Amino acid sequence: MKKKRLFGRGAMFLLCAFFAVAFLLPTVLTITNSFMSEAEIKSNYGMIFSTTSGGYVSETVNLKFIPDKVTLSQYVTGLIKSPDYLIKYWNSLILVVPIVVFQVAVASVAAYSFTRWRGKIRSGIFFFYVILMLMPYQVTLVPNYLVSQWLGLLNTRWAIILPGIFAPFSVFLLTKFMRRIPYSLIESAKVDGAGEWEIFTRICLPQCRSALYSIAILVFIDYWNMVEQPLILLQDADSQPLSVFLSSINAGEIGLAFALATVYMVPSLLLFLHGEEYLVEGIANSGSVKG
Amino acid sequence: MKRRGLQLSDRQRDFLQSMCFLSPSLLGVCLFFILPFGVVVYYSMIDGVGSRNFVLLENFVKLFHNAAFLMAAKNTLSFSVLAVPLAVVLPIVLALMLESRIPLKSQFRTFFLSPMMVPVASVVLVWQVLFNYNGTVNEFLLLFGADKVDWLQSDYCQVVVLILFLWKNLGYNMILFMAGLSNIPRELLEVADVEGASETYKFFAIKLRYLSPTVLFVTILSLINSFKVFREVYLLTGDYPFEKLYMLQHFMNNTFRNLDYQKLSAAAVIMAIVMVLLIALLFKAEDWFGKDVEG
Repeated sequence: MKKKRLFGRGAMFLLCAFFAVAFLLPTVLTITNSFMSEAEIKSNYGMIFSTTSGGYVSETVNLKFIPDKVTLSQYVTGLIKSPDYLIKYWNSLILVVPIVVFQVAVASVAAYSFTRWRGKIRSGIFFFYVILMLMPYQVTLVPNYLVSQWLGLLNTRWAIILPGIFAPFSVFLLTKFMRRIPYSLIESAKVDGAGEWEIFTRICLPQCRSALYSIAILVFIDYWNMVEQPLILLQDADSQPLSVFLSSINAGEIGLAFALATVYMVPSLLLFLHGEEYLVEGIANSGSVKG
Repeated sequence: MKRRGLQLSDRQRDFLQSMCFLSPSLLGVCLFFILPFGVVVYYSMIDGVGSRNFVLLENFVKLFHNAAFLMAAKNTLSFSVLAVPLAVVLPIVLALMLESRIPLKSQFRTFFLSPMMVPVASVVLVWQVLFNYNGTVNEFLLLFGADKVDWLQSDYCQVVVLILFLWKNLGYNMILFMAGLSNIPRELLEVADVEGASETYKFFAIKLRYLSPTVLFVTILSLINSFKVFREVYLLTGDYPFEKLYMLQHFMNNTFRNLDYQKLSAAAVIMAIVMVLLIALLFKAEDWFGKDVEG
């Protein structure tokens, strides 16, 4: 009996290990390949990304983990020699950071309102926010486009930033976190004569610090990864973020693409390593549409 | 009498205060989503932005006769049918595995969740290397004497996108199921252990019952995420993918390019109606299952 259970656990462990390798493989491959020289990349993947301009094209594909010689040459080309890619990186940052900061700020005030006061109208509005949150881009992009056009924001960053700030996801999740604050805390502050703004800044926000962090991470990865919005709202190639631009790097520069792909995933991976617990907490709390 | 009047003014003050806190968000939502969506509904029922004749359902009828729209809807739907069951079942398996007593549990959780943090744009290169006609997967197939498959240019193309979709989404769903599993009352499982219940029985009779609200939530969430799979397709294959990968969002993008507002608006309204129906289903189901478990 005991032996059987031990065997079962061993099998389970192997299965987990198999999945783990499968899950890590693409990320690890991208990172290690970014340290290969252009020549090595070409001899490995020449068959796939062959160019019409000639160059070395190998017969077979050779998927390799460890570079023959570790070199930073791709990074030097991508980040130092040509400022083009750095500009795209800046484009990504300048779109995403304001969205994260202001979406969380606007949401925390709104979530306080949904937490502190209940009523028919307000729960109706909350219900509406949930529906809006679940709408795919096919529905929300057309309204966004129309507003941007009326306000003359089309093809500017504001066309993406402003709708991003008012996206209801943070409001929904933060309300769920805030409703867990013991009501007695708010009540006693009120008895002590604190105004609503004071209760919000002195009691609610400090209690929600980890929730704010986990929501900020979720919003960041969502927008760091965005493709649909810039494709439609930013026609200008120069202001495209790296997420869209990476796919248009031409086949001749595949080594460079690996390096830029790696640089691109660094911010979100760092956030993940630092805030995994918060992220898990945030996801676990999104697990029901009811408030 | 006096008290009643005071109460009313209290309520009014509360209402005003709550609206003060809510107003930044509510104004933004109205300006960027609700008002323009009203215009979208209006646009979907007129014959042109210039002439503005009211035609009611004509645009919708036209849309349902539009070959590109029908193809996109069919492809999106067939991808969802393929992706959603897997995006529900596999994470349950992962969550159950991480519940058992094996070493390196928290590391495994980290690994399973990590793809969520990697932008799709960063890993499509690896997918291209793996699934190219001359790529690694085909080399592997040749080793076993199987024929090469042109993954992105054949009926198999949805499989390639499916793998990318699952890779990215399984971790998130797994966390939801882990949270669901941790809500099961311990005593219940202990009693089952004492009575000598098998693992299979415990899973179907206890765990799955308690997980049912999570199963529903993950189903709807995955359905919504499967509508967004355009991103993966676009990054893998660009604007003009193989026919079977032409998704609803491709249709929207191409219609944006011609600025055909009537077609765009009608498509957006239809999607909105479909989503509202799905969400209503979700709410009903959550009510139903929630009562079942608590009662």
